[in-house]
Amino acid sequence: MVLNSWRSPALRVLLLTVLALLCVVGFMTLNVQTDWAFILEYRGSRLLALLLTACAIGISTVLFQTITHSRLLTPALMGFDVLYVLVNTLVLLVWGGSELAAWPPALRFALQVLVMVGLALLLFRLLFSGSVRSLHLMILLGMLAGMLFRELSELAARVLDPSEFGISTGVPQASFRRINTQLLGAAAAGLAVAGLLLLRWRRCLDVLSLGRDIAINLGVAHGRVVLGIMAVVAILVSVATVLVGPTLFFGLLIANLAYWFTGSQRHCWTLPASVLAGIICLVGGQLLLEHVLASTLPLALVIELAGGLLFIALLMRGVRQ
Amino acid sequence: MIETQGVSKRYGDALVVDDVSLSIPKGGFTSIIGPNGAGKSTLLSMISRLTPMSAGSVLVDGMDVTRTPGNVLARRLSILRQDNQTSLRLTVRDLVAFGRFPHSGGRLTAEDLRHVDEAMDYLRLNEYRDRPIDELSGGQRQRAYVAMVMCQDTEYVLLDEPLNNIDMRFAVDMMQLLRRAADEKGKTVVVVLHDINFASCYSDHIIAMRQGKPAYQGTPQQIIRDEVLRDLYQMDIRVHEVDGQRICVYFRMA
Repeated sequence: MVLNSWRSPALRVLLLTVLALLCVVGFMTLNVQTDWAFILEYRGSRLLALLLTACAIGISTVLFQTITHSRLLTPALMGFDVLYVLVNTLVLLVWGGSELAAWPPALRFALQVLVMVGLALLLFRLLFSGSVRSLHLMILLGMLAGMLFRELSELAARVLDPSEFGISTGVPQASFRRINTQLLGAAAAGLAVAGLLLLRWRRCLDVLSLGRDIAINLGVAHGRVVLGIMAVVAILVSVATVLVGPTLFFGLLIANLAYWFTGSQRHCWTLPASVLAGIICLVGGQLLLEHVLASTLPLALVIELAGGLLFIALLMRGVRQ
Repeated sequence: MIETQGVSKRYGDALVVDDVSLSIPKGGFTSIIGPNGAGKSTLLSMISRLTPMSAGSVLVDGMDVTRTPGNVLARRLSILRQDNQTSLRLTVRDLVAFGRFPHSGGRLTAEDLRHVDEAMDYLRLNEYRDRPIDELSGGQRQRAYVAMVMCQDTEYVLLDEPLNNIDMRFAVDMMQLLRRAADEKGKTVVVVLHDINFASCYSDHIIAMRQGKPAYQGTPQQIIRDEVLRDLYQMDIRVHEVDGQRICVYFRMA
């Protein structure tokens, strides 16, 4: 393919791939002092969780930005991560914890993802039906939605019997520090389903970024495709949130790194680049903090800080234009 | 042929397009003119299924636009609205190539590339082919979007105010090009125009709209007349024949 210049997106994605692989190898092999079998299993499951998270957040953020025509809005900022946390507690509340406890955790996750897809589509239609035109108002609404869902979820958790709350899928407690590795299989399956669904619309993605009218002119069934992609985003948000809990600015950070680094708008480059940037940030960041700097600083804090600064910078640039 | 049957558009209490039934013949150049708020652009965007109708139906060669699959219609009819601003960093050639999407679904064949090159030639965009569209002037960008629609190679080409924000030279260029598309390629060109002199000089057929309804329809000789235009725009407009073209004078009235 076109590898003739350093400007070529293909070459740049290749570079990111090499970098991501180095991070993965370093993460698995650095400072192994005790027995290898244990380390491989312990680090391996955490690595897998980080990789799945990078895929889910990287892809969902780029897709969301394509269908909302914005480089600033992300599922996390619009409250979708916290919506999943709310769904998690609501499902327990409605179905009853003791009954659900008999279900295998993967099945519980599947049920929650289904409810999440429904509610996420509803929220998306509510916010993006065209009535809210100002980007700043949209961000404000997203943050308010996030706060509302968080409060509701805490309220629901209080109503729940503590023993029932204990059998929730561990989502409210999951974070980058306490990665939920019980549901790795279910999360991987969710990612696979989202990927298969996305295959149907992969060729429409670039056309969608030209705007609604041009997409319709070029024969894309705009309304249906956008809702379909939003359903994919909802599945991916569930996958990421069940593993590491809600994030805020991480998606924004890696998606914008991907656009900037590839210098392209083509999804065949931005989607992999965003995932790879996510892997480098998460796996490489963890490697750096844990093994090189021997720091106890939480990775999430560093990433969210960087993402938050980027958010402010993007917002300021938008204001000046 | 494009036929509208009882097409209406309502926004709340406002009836923007009011029970319009008309037909636009296949072939030739049709202009839609009329004062601001007459519903011209709304009608065009309902014909091209960009805006849902409140009532009525639109048939393009007998196909109902709301029921025909989008990609089938996209090979028959193309629409370009005004204000095509994008923050995307795309080269001119990449943008034009998107016009082939309805035919190839995103994988360009040799046949597609031939159409892309032809459209680039047709709009004289070759010297800009690798320039990002956000670095072009308004007129150049507009030409790039028209090239995209041309390379879509549809029987019907609908354009909403294609002359907006472009200077006289580019405007004449654009109209000549659309006229050529009708004459040489047999396309049906439908254009919403504000400048009645352009409509007068280039159209085969003019639809004059007022208050959501077509008030007059006919050839430029029938529509570009003092009494018709006075009634349509509610102002004095004098039509003079200059070099065989009917030119409207309305800029300063005695």
